[in-house]
Amino acid sequence: MVGYLLRRLFYATISVAAVSVLVFVITRVIGDPVKLMLPLEATEAQREQMRETLGLNDPLLVQFARFSWDALRGDFGNSLWQRVPALPLVIDRLPATFLLSFAAMGLAILFAVPLGVLAALRPRSLLDHACSLGSLAGMCVASNWLGLMFILVFAVNLGWFYTSGYGTLKHLVLPAVTLAAAPLGRITQIVRSSVLDELGRNYVTAARARGLSEQTVIMGHALKNAAIPIVTLSGWELSRLLAGFTVIVEVVFGWPGVGLLAMDAIRRQDLFLLQADVFVVGVLVVALNLLIDMTYGWFDPRIRLT
Amino acid sequence: MATTLRDLRLADARVEPAERVAERKFPALHALRELLADLVSDRVALVGAIGFLIVLLLAATAPYTADQYTKQNLRMRLSPPALTIDGEFNYHYLLGTDQLGRPILDRIIHGSRVSLLVGLGVVSVTGLFGTVLGLLAGYFGGRVDTLIMRWIDIQTAFPGLLVALTLLIMLGPSLQNMMFALMINGWMIFARIVRGVTLSLREEVFVKAARVIGASDLRIVFAHLLPNLVSPILTIAVMELARIILAEAALSFLGMGIQPPESSWGLMLSDGRDYMAKAWWLVTFPGVAIGLSVLFINMVAGWLRSVTDPQQRFKKASKEA
Repeated sequence: MVGYLLRRLFYATISVAAVSVLVFVITRVIGDPVKLMLPLEATEAQREQMRETLGLNDPLLVQFARFSWDALRGDFGNSLWQRVPALPLVIDRLPATFLLSFAAMGLAILFAVPLGVLAALRPRSLLDHACSLGSLAGMCVASNWLGLMFILVFAVNLGWFYTSGYGTLKHLVLPAVTLAAAPLGRITQIVRSSVLDELGRNYVTAARARGLSEQTVIMGHALKNAAIPIVTLSGWELSRLLAGFTVIVEVVFGWPGVGLLAMDAIRRQDLFLLQADVFVVGVLVVALNLLIDMTYGWFDPRIRLT
Repeated sequence: MATTLRDLRLADARVEPAERVAERKFPALHALRELLADLVSDRVALVGAIGFLIVLLLAATAPYTADQYTKQNLRMRLSPPALTIDGEFNYHYLLGTDQLGRPILDRIIHGSRVSLLVGLGVVSVTGLFGTVLGLLAGYFGGRVDTLIMRWIDIQTAFPGLLVALTLLIMLGPSLQNMMFALMINGWMIFARIVRGVTLSLREEVFVKAARVIGASDLRIVFAHLLPNLVSPILTIAVMELARIILAEAALSFLGMGIQPPESSWGLMLSDGRDYMAKAWWLVTFPGVAIGLSVLFINMVAGWLRSVTDPQQRFKKASKEA
């Protein structure tokens, strides 16, 4: 078990290193930071001076060594926009992103599990069809559009919630529901199919034959065994949210998380802030994947051996 | 008169059904026809396929039918959906106009060209690249396999959208750069699935037999493995097409994709955002266009999965019985 964990941790470290290499390659080799950061009318002398101060005239390997060393110490340079170190700015935004994505995942699981179980109990019933249709709709809708529609209906016309911002439950509901739509659909489907699979197995028949109540059979036996794919998928959905979907929802609702910060950094051509942001989100996603890998073994002892 | 076994055999040979003759003579054509028959019998898939064909048709004919997509008409700005203009029927204004008086319908139809171009372009490249890597990993195994799988694992952990945004800000937002950014992140799923299927095919008798009679690796890959890989690859490609269309809408929405005055569904959403409270049609219809196209594609994908996956196929057959 310890060996397995260490190996996973080692791969996770490689993944983080790969993210920083990619960021380095994109920002220093493929693109020209000076062109991005200086206005168009800057003279060649000014550009040269900036190259010199940023150390962009050094060989790539030297630059990369410096970049990695700074990254290891958590130093991503100063934000050009706010003139303070970039990394703390990103860290400050983390709680908002966590709140939003956990709220969305919580909502999705809270509704997906009962809906999926009910659909599995009565396959091809009206409820089952409604669930499949709803899931499909949730997966097909563009989250930026869904967010805008929610704002239009519930914030502008009905005035139940705020259009944007951060702080109260009234701010949180619309972005969380928007973000939850796609995972809700996918998790409902996986709950339905895995519970349906379990219900056809012998141990369920045996439990029924022993005279256990239907509730115990479903909640205590079938759902418990169906938990592995559900938990795995949920973890994977959460990492998908963090890796991209929160960015869109945060921009739509002006939610001050790491995604909105990344977009602000892009708008203000603040390369160092953007780098720090991508790095932090990369570490988050890698850490989450590590966590998912570990829960495999926890939920299914058979996997621990390998 | 007593019927002998020989008579029966003769009779059987004489009335070989036309279907079976076709199957014997043109196996590929026959498979295609069977697939089409299956499609027609599955109502959901049929709706999806017809819907997608309509989207394709609209995209193809856009220069003729939706020719006013950049035509500004400030007198008509933000006018609501209407059938007639100055008392005359004019379909261009069916879905209203935007803040510059450009007809929404025309802009949506032109937007479909971008979505399909990006979607099909990206998926064909990622599909090819992913298939090649998946075949290499699955067929040769060993060190090659470990290396490729490690690469896939590492890249799967990347925050895809943020990396794409970083790339686009460095290269400058444009259609080509957006497609490039989306390609980087889309090949892994193809490689993973192709590797999995190849691993199991490699142990099949027909592959082993081919090797025993001295077939080259290339021949085994092209003659024996690829034909069996067509359906899983096709299924993922269709699902990826839906995902890429959504991703394009997201990138253009964030201002990192298609640039004005060109039209894209994501761009229309971000343009219409400021006028949303006054003019609901600006954001509503492009979103419906995205949702419907993705829905049609997913309907076809669901059907493709059910016909190509033997396990699903069995379920379907038992449901019908």
